[in-house]
Amino acid sequence: MSVVEKVRPAPAPSVPGEARVTDEHGRRIRVWELVLRYALLLVVLALTVGPFLWQLSTSLKGPTEDIFSSPPSFLPSRPTLHNYERVADTIPVWDYALNSLKVATANVVTNCVGSALAGYALARLRYRGRRAATLAFILAMLVPVEGIVIAQFTTMRELGLNNTLIGVVLPGSIGAMNVLLMRNAFANLPYEIEEAAFVDGANTWQRFLRIALPSVKGTLAVVAIFAFMGAWDDFLWPLIVLSDPSRFTLTIGLNYLHGTFANDERLVAAGTVIAVAPLIALFACLQRYFFRGVGEGAVKG
Amino acid sequence: MANPAMSRVTRVRRHLPTSPWLFAAPGLLITGVFVLYPFVSTLVNSLTDRRTLIPGHFVGLANFRELLHDDMFWTGLRNSSLYVVGVVPALVILPLLLALLVQKNIPGITFFRSAFYTPVVASIVVVGLIWVWLLDERGLVNSLLEAVGIGRVGFLSDQWLLLLSAMAVTVWKGLGYYMIIYLAALANVPRELHEAAAVDGAGPVRRFLTVTVPAVRSTMVLVAALSSVAAFKVFSEVYLMAGPSGGPAGEDTTLVMLVQRTGTGLTGRVGYASALSVVVFVVTVALMLLVLRTDRREES
Repeated sequence: MSVVEKVRPAPAPSVPGEARVTDEHGRRIRVWELVLRYALLLVVLALTVGPFLWQLSTSLKGPTEDIFSSPPSFLPSRPTLHNYERVADTIPVWDYALNSLKVATANVVTNCVGSALAGYALARLRYRGRRAATLAFILAMLVPVEGIVIAQFTTMRELGLNNTLIGVVLPGSIGAMNVLLMRNAFANLPYEIEEAAFVDGANTWQRFLRIALPSVKGTLAVVAIFAFMGAWDDFLWPLIVLSDPSRFTLTIGLNYLHGTFANDERLVAAGTVIAVAPLIALFACLQRYFFRGVGEGAVKG
Repeated sequence: MANPAMSRVTRVRRHLPTSPWLFAAPGLLITGVFVLYPFVSTLVNSLTDRRTLIPGHFVGLANFRELLHDDMFWTGLRNSSLYVVGVVPALVILPLLLALLVQKNIPGITFFRSAFYTPVVASIVVVGLIWVWLLDERGLVNSLLEAVGIGRVGFLSDQWLLLLSAMAVTVWKGLGYYMIIYLAALANVPRELHEAAAVDGAGPVRRFLTVTVPAVRSTMVLVAALSSVAAFKVFSEVYLMAGPSGGPAGEDTTLVMLVQRTGTGLTGRVGYASALSVVVFVVTVALMLLVLRTDRREES
């Protein structure tokens, strides 16, 4: 609320020679408003990114440096990677990272292939039972995962896949929401192009692979990124299905590290930095797909 | 869709009769085996005394009767419900204000938008552990509080402060996500409305209440629905900050934590955990309907 209230002060006199910053409609933004906006932006920046930087700073502080001082010291006096070596000595953190990478990669492949195929079937192909198939995916999307984890776990036990990485991947390997996202993407393509290909004698597979699929690359990228992020960040399901510490993913390994070495803040901090750095790098490279995903997921979800 | 092209596709079916099902098969298989079947089996198991290693017998509504006398169940239901009450208003309002702050295309704004989204990208485990350290008795927040003379606060040792801290973390992690949803909605608010209101002498607060809020009302309802369902199912934040046993004397246990604790492991009471899960389903659906109904009532 303060955001709006503080913008109130009466119209500022236009100062000659002030910076010409304009908004998206080409109107000039007054200097006092600009200063206020940047001040607020910096406050929010400190609140959202600050905690990550504090964690990074803690992880770089050596054993002799006081991490509890008040007032706090924000920068490590002598930065060291010592804590990262200690994490690797304490838990097999690189194995866990590799497990997370395997799970996330598998999740990307299965979701992209599976939801593109099923989405195309729902959007373009005519067959008896198509409505029932669509309904099945809509119902599946509405089922809260938290309510079925126990039954998923018993199913996994019956299949003999509990405590395996395959067991971690399988339940979310073709997300119902991704299928519906792909269905909408295909349904929004103009049909005429595929019709022309059909007249030229292309069969279903050819039309899918050569014409439809290349036109929905954007949505496919969104599915891929959210599949990667979802698998990399997931906590509840791997916690339930994995019991053997040698098969842990990073999130479960971190939970274990925290549970066992809670009093060693530098160590836990180094572990969290290892877990979060790859995703922040991915996000920095592919921002627009992350933002598109939120829009599409929210509207259709 | 009486599309002539469609009927021609129908004819193709005779040549490749299995093809459409082949396309849909992997998705249907996974969804059926790992989502729809577990859903049905949760409903069935809730009426049995099944355990992890022991196939159960039909016990009727005994599990649900037991729930009514289980103090832990009421604790879980209370905490999960409080979570909705505490988190949803903040997640409906704060991201909207944030979206207004980052809406104008001033230099560097894309950097700020991305930076504000960072907590969304990080795993909840990372976020939870970062805040456990920040809110620690000797952590940064307490160092700052002490430096300004307020003194140290036991954020993670008091039952209620713990729950409040977990809520704050949930809001902190969700801000960027809902900000992006609001940004999309704000882009569709016609500028003429704001200008007309400004000409009529409405100040920024008044314009916010009379132009912006009505224009993004349906988005606010969407955010309320999404965030209330997510808040009721809270697990990770509280699990990480209060510990697996749910804080002092388990008083911070949420409903989903109870499901996880009761139903897993070799001695897991699958039947009872399934009954708890059914309560999660019912409340989730009820919350959705409640939010959507409030929406309709306000409209009329």
